[in-house]
Amino acid sequence: MRNDGERIQSLWGILPVALFLATWELVGRFNLFPGQFFFPPFSTVLEEFWHLTANGVLGENFFSSLKRVLIGLGSGSVAGILVGIVMGWKDVFHKALHPIISLLYPIPALGWLPLLMLWIGINEMLPITIIFICSFFPVVYNTVTGIRNVDRKYIQAAETLGASNPRILFSIVVPLALPNIFTGLRLEAGMSWRVLIAAEMVAIPTGIGALLIRAENLVRVDIIMVCLIVLSAMCLLFERVFSYLERRCTRGWTRAA
Amino acid sequence: MSDIELVNVSKHTCRDISLKIGDGELFAIVGTTGAGKTTLLNAVAGVIDYTGSVRIGGVPVDARSPQERGVGYLCQDPALFPHLTVASNIAFGLRAAGCDRAAADRRVSALLEWMRISHLAARYPHMLSGGEKKRVALARSLAPSPKILLLDEPTSSLDPQTARYLRSELQDFLKTLRITTVHVTHDLGEAEEIAGRIALISNGTIEQVSTPAELFFSPSSASVSEFIGMPNILECARSRTLASGLLEFVSGANLKLILPCDGAGIKRISIPPDAVSIVGARPAGHGLNRFRGRVEAITPHNGLVRMRVSVEGESLLSELPTPAFRELSVEKGDEVHVGIRLERVRYDPS
Repeated sequence: MRNDGERIQSLWGILPVALFLATWELVGRFNLFPGQFFFPPFSTVLEEFWHLTANGVLGENFFSSLKRVLIGLGSGSVAGILVGIVMGWKDVFHKALHPIISLLYPIPALGWLPLLMLWIGINEMLPITIIFICSFFPVVYNTVTGIRNVDRKYIQAAETLGASNPRILFSIVVPLALPNIFTGLRLEAGMSWRVLIAAEMVAIPTGIGALLIRAENLVRVDIIMVCLIVLSAMCLLFERVFSYLERRCTRGWTRAA
Repeated sequence: MSDIELVNVSKHTCRDISLKIGDGELFAIVGTTGAGKTTLLNAVAGVIDYTGSVRIGGVPVDARSPQERGVGYLCQDPALFPHLTVASNIAFGLRAAGCDRAAADRRVSALLEWMRISHLAARYPHMLSGGEKKRVALARSLAPSPKILLLDEPTSSLDPQTARYLRSELQDFLKTLRITTVHVTHDLGEAEEIAGRIALISNGTIEQVSTPAELFFSPSSASVSEFIGMPNILECARSRTLASGLLEFVSGANLKLILPCDGAGIKRISIPPDAVSIVGARPAGHGLNRFRGRVEAITPHNGLVRMRVSVEGESLLSELPTPAFRELSVEKGDEVHVGIRLERVRYDPS
């Protein structure tokens, strides 16, 4: 049973959100914002959310976006972790790949869009590739940092205990690098949605980003707000999922857990 | 066979170190911080590059990786794997050696029980105290049954009480195990308690290799003597038993001491300078082991003051903290009262 202190604490978390939504509703309903047409009340947005869900428009676009994020983020993260492990573990690969990664990493993911439109064309692969790039480089960076920051004393201890190099890598080094790897994944989980929406707005006819840009053309502020709420919820959900996975994987041995 | 031989091993401060450690021997390497003790252990374990040669069981192992040397190494920092429980930490070496899970579990349970740490099995390293970490690290080093055990200051960074407790446990474990053990420490008392032979290392060179008694009674050089605390060595001219457990010891220069010692056979005694106490006025109480002396020389030394005092024909070195010396207010040539505290006197039986 939760005590009073915990109950009050959770109330304090909900209160600002409730206050924000109530203010939004009042401002929209009593036309306190210049031009009610451009600022629908929260209840209208909810109504539109229900309407878009019921007629399947939101679901269809949402699942198009979700599929792209899952494929792009999944493949980018796996590739990033693998390359990061190789670079972090073997100096020769670090020396060879670090300059290239350092040159490509600062380019914003959307900066690749014009080039990829010419190379890949406007199809499903375009947003997936953008998300792949968006997640690959930061995950590589964080994985390399995590692997290289593992204290040499643990490796030395494992060596004197007779462990082979692959065992040291996969039983000691990679697990100890997990907090760093998850930091990269957590950051990129939210970022991949932001990049996807931008890519869909510019070049792809389906997905939440495309729905957003169509709503803008029709001056449907309520639909735009529905799309933004979905985007916000997905960014938050993805970040939370990775936080949860991190806690599961490092449960017990990190002091913070 | 698991004897160790170092032939002209050089690395960092260590220069051309040659040393032989017998099969099953408990050997200690003693020296100050930065003397090169850990470097020697690292060379034996193979975790650093070095010049010269290390032979284990007569076979050069220089080309072998640490994994192939069969050496258990307990570093100064226990380096327990933070993501593994105590039981998994201990099982790590066994699993690495290809031991199946059931056999590894049995060995881990036996080690946990032997070291009386079974209650810690499911804990993570950050939940352990310093002493518990050291014991787990020792169990982990011993789990794969190494031929050689290297211990690098196993009681360092522990509070004195825990260190004393761990030291006595360690002694018991090592006596039971009977494997070749090289114990590195800066604490001469610890080395003396644990090891059969001691190597004293200073500035990267071995100064003396001997039994603890030889080290204390026959230091090979001034630096060894300095390291062991410049003890006053008194040769026994004659001795006689006064009563059960009491011995009259007479030095070559005729200084008579009454010692709590059984048996008449004492060759010499070693009195540390801080066991020679000096007072200006005659202290109250009995006059046992108290003498009149004259100050021959006064020398400041590392925050202490060393005084050479002539007592009954013997020249004794005394050491006292500077504030205590100031309070004493004596000068060269002054007459003083000298007392010998017996609890730190070492005896060399004949």
